[in-house]
Amino acid sequence: MANKISDETIEYVGILAKLELSDEEKEAAKEDMEKMLDYIDTLNELDTSGIEPMSHVFPVNNVFRDDVVTNGDGREETLANAPQRKEDTFEVPKTIG
Amino acid sequence: MAKQYETVIGLEVHIELATKTKIFCGCSTEFGSAPNTHTCPVCTGMPGSLPVLNKQVVEYAMALGLAANCKITQVCKFDRKNYFYPDNPQNYQISQLYLPIARDGYVEIDTPSGAKKVRIHEMHMEEDAGKLVHDEWDDTSLVDYNRSGVPLVEIVSEPDMRSADEVIAYLEKLRMIAQYLGVSDCKLQEGSMRADVNLSVREAGTDTFGTRTEMKNLNSFKAIAHAIEGERARQIELLEEGKEVIQETRRWDDNKEHSYAMRSKEDAQDYRYFPEPDLVPIVISDEWIEKIRAGLPELRTEKMERYKREFDIPQYDAELITESKHVADIFEEAARLCGKPKKVANWIMGEMFRLMKDRGMEPEDLTFSPEYLAKLIDLADAGTVSASVARKVFEQIFTDDVDPEKYVEENGLKTVNDEKAIREAIENVLADNPQAVADYKGGKEKAFGALMGQSMRALKGKADAGTVRKMLMEIL
Amino acid sequence: MELLQLTALELGKKIKAGEVTVREAVEAALKRAEEAEPVINSYVTLDEKDALFQADEIQKKIDAGELTGPLAGVPVAVKDNMCIKGQLTTCSSKILSNFKPTYTAEAVENLKKAGMVILGKTNMDEFAMGSTTETSWYGPTKNPHNTNHVPGGSSGGSCAAVAAGECFAALGSDTGGSIRQPSSYCGVVGMKPTYGTVSRYGLIAYGSSLDQIGSVAKDVSDCAALLEAVASHDRKDSTSIVREDLNFTEALVNNVKGLRIGIPGDYLGDGLDPEVKEAVLNAAEVLKSQGASVELFDLGLVKYAIPAYYTIAAAEASSNLERFDGVKYGYRTAEYEGLHNMYKKTRSEGFGAEVKRRIMLGSFVLSSGYYDAYYLKALRTKALIKKAFDAAFEKYDIILGPVAPTTAPELGSSLSDPMKMYLGDIYTISVNLAGLPGMSVPVGKDSRGLPIGMQLIGDAFAEKTLIRAAYTYECATEKKYETMAADTGKEAC
Repeated sequence: MANKISDETIEYVGILAKLELSDEEKEAAKEDMEKMLDYIDTLNELDTSGIEPMSHVFPVNNVFRDDVVTNGDGREETLANAPQRKEDTFEVPKTIG
Repeated sequence: MAKQYETVIGLEVHIELATKTKIFCGCSTEFGSAPNTHTCPVCTGMPGSLPVLNKQVVEYAMALGLAANCKITQVCKFDRKNYFYPDNPQNYQISQLYLPIARDGYVEIDTPSGAKKVRIHEMHMEEDAGKLVHDEWDDTSLVDYNRSGVPLVEIVSEPDMRSADEVIAYLEKLRMIAQYLGVSDCKLQEGSMRADVNLSVREAGTDTFGTRTEMKNLNSFKAIAHAIEGERARQIELLEEGKEVIQETRRWDDNKEHSYAMRSKEDAQDYRYFPEPDLVPIVISDEWIEKIRAGLPELRTEKMERYKREFDIPQYDAELITESKHVADIFEEAARLCGKPKKVANWIMGEMFRLMKDRGMEPEDLTFSPEYLAKLIDLADAGTVSASVARKVFEQIFTDDVDPEKYVEENGLKTVNDEKAIREAIENVLADNPQAVADYKGGKEKAFGALMGQSMRALKGKADAGTVRKMLMEIL
Repeated sequence: MELLQLTALELGKKIKAGEVTVREAVEAALKRAEEAEPVINSYVTLDEKDALFQADEIQKKIDAGELTGPLAGVPVAVKDNMCIKGQLTTCSSKILSNFKPTYTAEAVENLKKAGMVILGKTNMDEFAMGSTTETSWYGPTKNPHNTNHVPGGSSGGSCAAVAAGECFAALGSDTGGSIRQPSSYCGVVGMKPTYGTVSRYGLIAYGSSLDQIGSVAKDVSDCAALLEAVASHDRKDSTSIVREDLNFTEALVNNVKGLRIGIPGDYLGDGLDPEVKEAVLNAAEVLKSQGASVELFDLGLVKYAIPAYYTIAAAEASSNLERFDGVKYGYRTAEYEGLHNMYKKTRSEGFGAEVKRRIMLGSFVLSSGYYDAYYLKALRTKALIKKAFDAAFEKYDIILGPVAPTTAPELGSSLSDPMKMYLGDIYTISVNLAGLPGMSVPVGKDSRGLPIGMQLIGDAFAEKTLIRAAYTYECATEKKYETMAADTGKEAC
């Protein structure tokens, strides 16, 4: 049990992830995360010096599209699932001020 | 003695690229359309949608990098920048952090103390966000994703600028480069060029940097200059009071001419960048770089030199004309068509600039065909239209892009060369104005002017004034 | 009931011959589903009317000679994380419980091109996060072989539906074993192809660098045929790979002579159920008897695959699931004060516990100060794991082992200890990290009658080698272990 996750950390990660946890959930999350991080720490047994981090598994490069307009008016489809629509826009709680 | 302070400024400039489509989907980038019309599953972050990179974006970014003397990153990748905001449909922006397209460049700006290099730290490609409109009545914001996914290049400078003037010179330089390359129109009012300003102050003579703040939401040169002055004053005041400058992001409100901190518990600026797994790396060969380099259009200095050489126009004219690539293009085409570059230059610097000023237009707003300007010059040279008619016709070309030949024809504006017709018109005027004739003959020189004006009016300005004057004297 | 015993290819043949109509096939599957669903719960959405409509349309095209493929008219089910235009697509999550996509996933488009009838959308662990199909907002799916047990996950609905005869084949997705493990638990054949073989366009992402769509079927031939139908190069998916060798059914050859099979000794150690071990080793013997060479070897790094996987998958998931925020689609909380409160309430109410757990972990490992220590370390480990596989495939054509350490656990026994659940992925996970093809083939049952699967792992693009070995095994054992659990639901009713 090397890793200790503080209340502040759980609070902070909740802000990043936009999740609001109940006190009970927070305690559980702390414990889960401590366990997982201890487990992930076993990777430190491996010597990975000089190894390039592998983000893409196959050497596929340069996949492009041409600069040609292929889409028409997508308004209705874009807005079809809107939880709150106002005319042709998505309505959300005010973002500033 | 009061302390002297130096302002240290670095810029993050966003330039919207002039591609036809967005960076990761086939939606149009056209400005000013009805909300959410240029959208699809990709640029609205629909579940399961995937991005595919627009090749033109890479080539435009490479061109910008090369024009600003950068090194092109030959294995370059996209990363995700994670933050929640409604204009950001996936709640992450596809951008570049670890391997940006270009690095380590510079541009030269003119300052009162001579040329100065502003170093460029890096340039990266990224997607623009959507637009938020705030509904005052309902206390809500409305999201339009038409701009979401429009390609941007962000140009990050080193903290090399020391004043608002240098900042403006740097921005103008970048704008000129982008316009000359044809990669962006850089219209500040449409948001296709925007800047975030990183600013700190320090006592003159010290080497260490002070704590900097970042100001966002600057979309006019005026706002940028104001924001810099305002922030400089605010920081100096804090230091003078013995307080500390806090490293933070501030939002500039141009209406209130005041910046305020964007401090919110919910805006933890921790973007959790990681390589975008949905896009594959871009591998740029030497050949590709050379191809882009070879295709770079000439920039302003080269163009000026060439104009002086090739078209034999003075330095002053070349400078004015090349200030905008668009104007230079008009000049060059018209000059080639009519073979009279100095005359084209005169029209541009005279009538055209006057009309632009009267109407508050930018060079990008010019829409007339250079071909028509060339034709007009030919018509005037051939004496087909008089100088005053030519000015009127030019205004028509400028406004409605009319073909001057047709216009002159249809409106009967050709110069009257028929001596008989001129004589007839003058004689009619003299006959109608016996008093003026008598006055002139009695020694009143002023009466000649009145008769001359009447005659020209009778000829609807279509006759050469010299000819009319000569004939009027003769008859009198 | 006889119709339901047919494989997809057998049914396709009969439809082509005019012996069975598409409508009859669909009606049989729907009737079976009607009986089984109250207990098994394989489907989130089952649209009878639409299925029958498709059946008639497809029948017309078959009759007109426009659809001639081997799977034309065959009813298929699709995991509920693949978008179908206008049809509910939930990822078994409350947050998407009202979401109707405006476009169709490329893999599903390919099913349509093959003339298959899409019966409905199958249940899964919420956002494919889980190994039991118990984290679904629509309740757990049950194992048709024993309804006290889980079907595995996350493609538990697809595998259970095939095993229970509620469809003739199904699409699943596999991020860390999500096709192979439930296929093993349900006694069906499942294959995750090489990363990039089936387009991910329209697959709602969990871990983008690991996700891959694959086929779930009654036997090896169906599995190969369905994969052949859905695999394609898709310009809408930048990670889609151009391949010339997608004719997988050509590999249905009963011959493994000279095939080199390696069994990682580190897949047979502690934690492996003795019954599973025995069944898998017996299967290897069968292949040996057919002319393959079999030997034990040390793959290495096995225990590091899980921590590396959970770091990468959680990180990608935390980002992929940010878009579910109540703004553009899906669930939005009823009451909120301001934007951030709306975000937080929507997401906290809309996601289940396991999803939140992984989002929290993923956000943490990417956060400032931890990225290098956790995320980059995991990507370096991934590179080492890929290297270990590369070395193994210098010596062997196929790596053979168990799919999971045990047979299907009892319902409710896994969720209490997530760490234990994660450990169950130990044999499947590294295949996703290395982007390789992997397959689960039924090779026996334990003393409780629960199916056991063997896993065949191939080098990148070597699906055909796996199909050949699996087909040879199937021929040698006369499909002894691919028994359907067709009556389970009925009995339970």
